[in-house]
Amino acid sequence: MSSIIDVKNLTRRFGEFTAVDNLSFSVEKGEIFAFLGPNGAGKTTTIKMLTTLLKPTSGEIRLDGHDPIHEQNEVRKSFGIIFQDPSLDDELTAYENMEFHGVLYGVEKTVRRARIEEFLKVVELWDRKNDLVKHFSGGMKRRLEIARGLLHHPKILFLDEPTIGLDPQTRNHIWSYVQALNKKEGITVFLTTHYMEEADRMADRVAVIDHGKLIAIGTSAEFKEKTKTSTLEDAFIALTGNTIRAEEVNAQDAMRMHRRAWGGRS
Amino acid sequence: MLCVCIVELGVDVHKFYPRMNVIYILWLRQLKRYTRSKARMIGSLGQPLLFLLALGFGFGPIYEQAGGGDYFQFIAPGIISMGILFTAVFSGIEMIWDRQFGFLKETLVAAVSRTQIMFGRTLGGATVAFIQGLAVLVLAVLFGFRPQSLALLPVAFAAMFLTALLFTAFGTAIASRMEDMQAFPLIMNFVMMPLFFLSGSLFPLQGLPAVMTDIAAINPLSYGVDALRATLVNGSYFGLGIDFLVLSIMTACMIVLGSRLFSKIQL
Repeated sequence: MSSIIDVKNLTRRFGEFTAVDNLSFSVEKGEIFAFLGPNGAGKTTTIKMLTTLLKPTSGEIRLDGHDPIHEQNEVRKSFGIIFQDPSLDDELTAYENMEFHGVLYGVEKTVRRARIEEFLKVVELWDRKNDLVKHFSGGMKRRLEIARGLLHHPKILFLDEPTIGLDPQTRNHIWSYVQALNKKEGITVFLTTHYMEEADRMADRVAVIDHGKLIAIGTSAEFKEKTKTSTLEDAFIALTGNTIRAEEVNAQDAMRMHRRAWGGRS
Repeated sequence: MLCVCIVELGVDVHKFYPRMNVIYILWLRQLKRYTRSKARMIGSLGQPLLFLLALGFGFGPIYEQAGGGDYFQFIAPGIISMGILFTAVFSGIEMIWDRQFGFLKETLVAAVSRTQIMFGRTLGGATVAFIQGLAVLVLAVLFGFRPQSLALLPVAFAAMFLTALLFTAFGTAIASRMEDMQAFPLIMNFVMMPLFFLSGSLFPLQGLPAVMTDIAAINPLSYGVDALRATLVNGSYFGLGIDFLVLSIMTACMIVLGSRLFSKIQL
């Protein structure tokens, strides 16, 4: 097997604050890779750098052989992403949001129409397809967002806490779909989640980061063995400690606020 | 009705090829957002209408006594330009909402060049601003404005669309450097208002102090206003050829600048 994501000495600073600190890892082609860490550990910042939304302060990234800084278009062709926070157009209908995405990703019309119907049915929004998204509940928006992210079958699928706020039924549904997609189409899945049992069940390998640094990488079984715990959740806590990460989150938020106030010239 | 026609027309473009498709869907999105927000459509006509009626009729007698002719005829092209300016810049700046509501991310990670994205949404915003300009024109006609020749109307429309494109691209450029709406009043008072008031939209540029005509000469909106006046009421200051030349060059530059700034956005 060869790697499809390669990260070497990746660092991102926001002013004085180091969000991602000298991170190195790689993800194999066709693998389901869970990227775990407490709040503010640097997961989303890392994903933003992998997906061309943010430039690293230093370090190297290869996505499907391309560099997200200099070959943005090639990199963007290789992945799909389901964001942690909302990214729908509230003024469009569910169907229009799907259609917009499909066209943007060059999914051919007949395939697009078929998949939109299929996915909207999977997330049980087909009946509401012509309703404006602004009338949807949080959970419905989340489901729509997932359906949209799956519309074009990319080589790599980033899922940044995709199942947050969903009921167990929908979560199950979505994970089995992602698993099937991974098996059938060989799509590499890079996911973050706070539900450790999801990571345990889904992921071939798990990486844990904290304070922007990689602290462990391996299979879930290896983790449990190393930390002498019986669940991934216990192993996770053994690795990252019991402290709640409110302070770090605030520091980072403050940093971001600061950047915003000054027009993001960083 | 007009929007429906444009949307219908677009369906053919749709079959073209992928690049057209992307620009088309971005354009369509801007149009849908506009036509769905009736309050916004009507609300943004309020200000031009007030200017048109209050100034047009208010200064009419004085202007006529001074030998200027019909002030309502004179000011109508200026107010049409105003309607276009405000809607266009706002359409561009609207991108900040996309940033805050997260939708911008969705477009920025797509495997489409950012130049195309910027161009598609600018075209959409410009179409919206153009429709708004048409609406002001129709209102003006309802209150007694008479274009000098129907044959020149298409030329007037071209000038209106160029103005719309120029200032939508300008709004997009500004929005690329802003993270929230906090600076909006600043832009309103220090950019848009001066652009409007110092463009000759409300008064003739002939015989003004040199400072005023110099400022008008470097204000791109002046050329939009002038082109409209040349085509709608026959009273050009710069000459229609110069108007179109300046408008085209400025529009091209602004689109290039806008796409460059847009390409640099990081989230």
